[in-house]
This record gives sequence, structure tokens and C-alpha cells, in this order.
Amino acid sequence: MPLLELRDLTITYRTEGGPVPAVRGVNLSLEAGQTLGLAGESGCGKSTIAASVLRLLPLSAKVTGQILFNGEDVLTMNWGRLRAVRWAGASIVFQGALHSLNPVRKIGRQIGEPILLHEPDVSKEAAGRRVTDLLRSVGLPADRADSYPHELSGGQKQRVMIAMALACSPNLIIADEPTTALDVMIQAQVLNLIGGLVADRGIGMIMISHDLSVLSATCQRLAVMYAGRIVEEGPAHQVFTDARHPYAEALAWAFPIIGDVRTRMSPRGLPGDPPDPADVPSGCSFHPRCAVARPTCSTRDMELWPAGEGRRAACVRVLPDGHGESAAGPVEQENDQPEEAVS
Amino acid sequence: MTPSSSQAAVASGVRATPILSTAGVRVEFAGRGRRRAVATAVDGVNLDIAPGEIVALVGESGCGKTTLARTMLGLERPTSGVVRFAGQPLSYRSRALRGYRRSVQLVLQDPTGSLNPRHTVYEAIAEGVRIHRLDNEEARVADALARCGLRPPERFFQRYPHELSGGQRQRVVIAGALVLEPSVLVADEPVASLDASVRGEILSLLLRLRDELGLAALVVTHDLGLAWNIADRLAVMYLGRIVEVGTPEQVFADPRHPYTRALMSVLPESPIEPIVLAGEPPDPTRIPPGCRFHPRCPELASGAAAGAGVAERCTSVALPVLPAAGPAQGQVSCHLAQAVSRD
Repeated sequence: MPLLELRDLTITYRTEGGPVPAVRGVNLSLEAGQTLGLAGESGCGKSTIAASVLRLLPLSAKVTGQILFNGEDVLTMNWGRLRAVRWAGASIVFQGALHSLNPVRKIGRQIGEPILLHEPDVSKEAAGRRVTDLLRSVGLPADRADSYPHELSGGQKQRVMIAMALACSPNLIIADEPTTALDVMIQAQVLNLIGGLVADRGIGMIMISHDLSVLSATCQRLAVMYAGRIVEEGPAHQVFTDARHPYAEALAWAFPIIGDVRTRMSPRGLPGDPPDPADVPSGCSFHPRCAVARPTCSTRDMELWPAGEGRRAACVRVLPDGHGESAAGPVEQENDQPEEAVS
Repeated sequence: MTPSSSQAAVASGVRATPILSTAGVRVEFAGRGRRRAVATAVDGVNLDIAPGEIVALVGESGCGKTTLARTMLGLERPTSGVVRFAGQPLSYRSRALRGYRRSVQLVLQDPTGSLNPRHTVYEAIAEGVRIHRLDNEEARVADALARCGLRPPERFFQRYPHELSGGQRQRVVIAGALVLEPSVLVADEPVASLDASVRGEILSLLLRLRDELGLAALVVTHDLGLAWNIADRLAVMYLGRIVEVGTPEQVFADPRHPYTRALMSVLPESPIEPIVLAGEPPDPTRIPPGCRFHPRCPELASGAAAGAGVAERCTSVALPVLPAAGPAQGQVSCHLAQAVSRD
């Protein structure tokens, strides 16, 4: 049984201007001890998925589908069970540690709080000892427990966030852009730390970022999202170096490999802007920005087709009949296929 | 000047008169708090920017790179040393500065914060034209927008920042700088807050503006990939000093300063075994004696410096400030690198 399984997860925000679909039918699974990178740009729905796993979404979000955590649906759990799962089962490291810590409480108390709340039989002294251990495991001196957040640097605060996420020994950690605001060297320190902790404790991790090079270096598998859907999934390094979906490829090119002469003096971007979630293009939602789009792409609904060993991609080019560049042949045949139910 | 000719000039070591240069610039900030220690943010920097040249200044937060950029813009007065524009020392009288600011324009990291939410795109860009009392306001605004890829420009005149995407907003900010026909752009992390796919587009824009208008640029960043993408020359800054400078090809193929090597080694996909420096960037109120990097230097810690017989020099003999125009193979401020190259 997978540690976490998302089945046809659909999340729609109700707004004054009508419903805005943020996540449109996502299927994902994560085994215990596995690391999965979730990549995409702002507005693609990746942070919405992260928040949905612990039911942290605002009331305006309508969630359908299933979120199975250890086989149990998070969406139908009662409050008591949900509280137990939060922190102790799964925890989130949010981006922007600066804003996630309480500025008027000492670090040690903030890390100890979930321990005292979730494990009532733990004494204050025992919790204090665990805080010391946690600080040490994220590479901070134990006396930092008496510091306030403003006395720490950005990298140290991010470490505190990681220590908090580990406080109740969860078996799933979701890290939402854990290193976005950090310098390269501090980013390397934090990524090393997360990688080591995940390997040592055998916990599952989902890391969210728009930087494919970081995800490729830290995760085993990688899923790339665009406009609320997964467009490519596979072993992280293969997706990064040899993407099948044109969007995943563009994202991989955005962060150049230094020394690669093809990117020297030629930064590559992607013309156009991500679609408005309230008005997603028909067919493949990427087709208006796609350099290799075909006539069929604007009408045909995409699904994640097999694209090699352990890989899936939502692009007609991975279909056996989609290899030729001439679009004339397969179009009719493709249109005959039943349309996927999506809303 | 075209990229090839400016690169050729760099490679041959024959450099045109710099459009913007610093000579021995030092910037100190008066201390606050109990210790009243003076922070030396920039501690003697010689840096030349040739017409049409893009120089990337990289380093960790707190290394003084933004202070150096602000000093080159005339926003900060150097404690000692001089900033020259087209060979003339900068005058800090307000009228002279106003003229100077037409020639050297600033682009900031966060386009949302740089634009007044209640000004239309037209007003945002026309503001500079009005301050400098230039003629043909509308034609200038339209031209600047079109150059930045916002076409047709008239369609954007009456838009407000919130109606634009992040990439479009950054284009508006750059158009606002361009409308005054500057000869140098100083860009502080121009793509750090943008989405991955937009990043390449904005970097391409900077390259195109250099080709079309001969615009020089100083790009302040902690992103080495950006330097690889667009910079003619790269200067690595550590604790107020430039410690290594050269073309990205030279520096990335053969980083000679241990700090540069560490920065490069932690990049995803780096061929070098990761060297993760422990600890935080050091304190500019307490610059270590000898080589300022020696407390964190992996070469000193591993005994490599002792093996070359320079360990004592590392901890006691201060290194000279690197000259602005030096030999074409790049320069490095390191006792060990100098000992090795003498052999």
C-alpha cells in the first residue's frame, strides 16, 4: 500500500468571478521512503495539492477525489483523526520561514509545541530534550532553543522549520519550496540536510519547486504540473535531462547546466504566460505556448500516456502513432477515441 | 558593440575605456547597538564595465554586492575610493546626480514592488520622461515598451500592474529604465522573483538590448546559472572584496579561488564533488585577518594550503585588492592559487 495516493484529485476555488479550477484530476502515489519532486510554475496548483493533503485549504476550495494516507481517506476523516495525522503522520515545511515562525516566541517552545500537543504523556523536560536532539539533527547548536526567530539567519530559520516538521516523527514530509529564498551555499546545506534525514528515517517526501535542477538532484521521481494537471512523470534525472513533454523540457532548460555550451549566451525561455486557471485552453492546455503543437492538440484531451520505462507524459508525441511530424494521418483516428471525462 | 566584439576585446585583454568603473571603493556603515562596530560592506573594489559589456557580480547575501551596486548608482557615497562614469568621477551634487541617473538606470528584483499599483503602465514609464523634461513623451514610452517586447505598446498604456503577469511587469520595469536611453543598466536579481519559464525570456531581453542599443549592464545575483546565460565577465565577491574575476568560461571551467570552487560544486549537475561550506556568511564588522576567507577555507582545513607552504600567509598576510584591468586569463585573490601558479 502506498504511503500517499491521490486519486483523481480535483480542487476548485469558488470566487466572485465563478469557479476557478486549480487542480484538475491528479493521480499520484508515493511509497514509504520514496522522494517525489513536484514541479511547476506559480498558479499550476502544486501548492494547492500540498495544502490539500492535510486539509489546510480555505473553505472556498471544493475538493473531490480521494487523498489516501496509509490507505485512509484524508477528506473524510473526522477532526480527531485529522489532528492526529497532522504533524504526527505528515507535516509540511512551508516556504518563507520568515513568515511561518511566531516572532515573539522562542524557537525551542515553537518546536516543542506540537510534541506536547500530540503526545500528552510526554513531560515538559522530555520534550525539551527532544527539542535539543532535533536542533542538533538539523545542525543547530542546542542553545539556539532560547533564541527568537529574528536572531537567526534565513538558513537557520529554514532549519528550525525542518526541525518542527520532524518533531513528531511523521512518515511523510511535504516541503513546499524549502530553499527558494536562500543562497546557493545555504540551499546546498538545507538540501543535504533534508536528503540525509529522509534517507536515515525512511520517511516519504514530496518536494515542491519550480527549479527542476534542484528536484532532479534531491528526488527519485519527478512530476511536472501545468495548469492543474500532471503533464509528465518519471525518474527525476531522466525527466530533467530528457523530457518528453515540451513544457517539462522548457522548464528543464530554464535553469542551465553550467558548462553546457548550448546555453552559453542563449538563455531559453518560454514565450507567453501560463493560462488563467479560470479560462484554461481547450485540448492540451499547453498548446498555445507549444512550439511543436499540431492541429489536433487544440481539441484532443490529453491523458498521461506511457512514455518509456516508468515514465508517463501527456503529449501526443509520445503515442506510437504520434511520432511522425505529419499531422494528417492520425488526426481522424484520434478524434474517434472517447473523450476523457474532465471538468 | 556586438557581443562578439566585446568578447573579443575581453579575450585579447585590450579593453575600451570603461563606461562605469570603481577604483578602490570602500563603503562603511556606522555601527549601531552596544558594540558600535563599523561594518565594512565594500572593502576596496576595482571593477570596470566596458560599453556594451554585461558583468555579473555574484556572491552570498551579505557579501556587499548590493551595496557595491548602489554605490555605482550614486545612491551610496563611498567612504573612500571613486566611482567614474565615462572617465569622469561622480559628482554628488543633486543636479549632477540627476543627469547621471539618466545614464545609469536601476532594475530591481521584485517588479510588483517597483511599480505603483495605482499608476497605469503609461504613467509608470512616462514619469522618468517628465522628470527629465524630455520631448515626444508618448513616442518615447511606446518605443520603450515595444523594445521590451510589449507589442503593440498602445494596448498596454492604460493597463494597471495587477492586470499583467509577472514577466510583463518586469518588462514594464525595464521599459521604465530604457525610456531615458541609459548607457548602463544595474539590475539587482532581475529574475529571482520570476517564474522559471519567464526567466529565460527576461534574460534574452537583456541580451537583445545590449546588441541593439549597446547597453552595458551590471547584474547582481547569487545565481551562477544567470552568469553563464548572459554575462561577458563574472566577478565573485566575498565579504566586501572581489576574490575572483574572469569570463564565465574561464571561471567555471577552472575556478581558482576555493570559495568559487565551493559555490560551483554545490550546483545541481556539477561535475565537482560537492564542497558544502559550513556556517553562515561571515560578519562584515569582523573581517578576519590574512585572507578573509581563511576561517571557512576547505583548502586550509584539508592541509592543502600547508602542503604548498602558504598556510601561515593565509591566516596572517592580507591579500592585495585585485586590479580592475588585468591579464586576460582572469584574476584570483588567493595565496594558494598564486603559489600554485608560480610553480
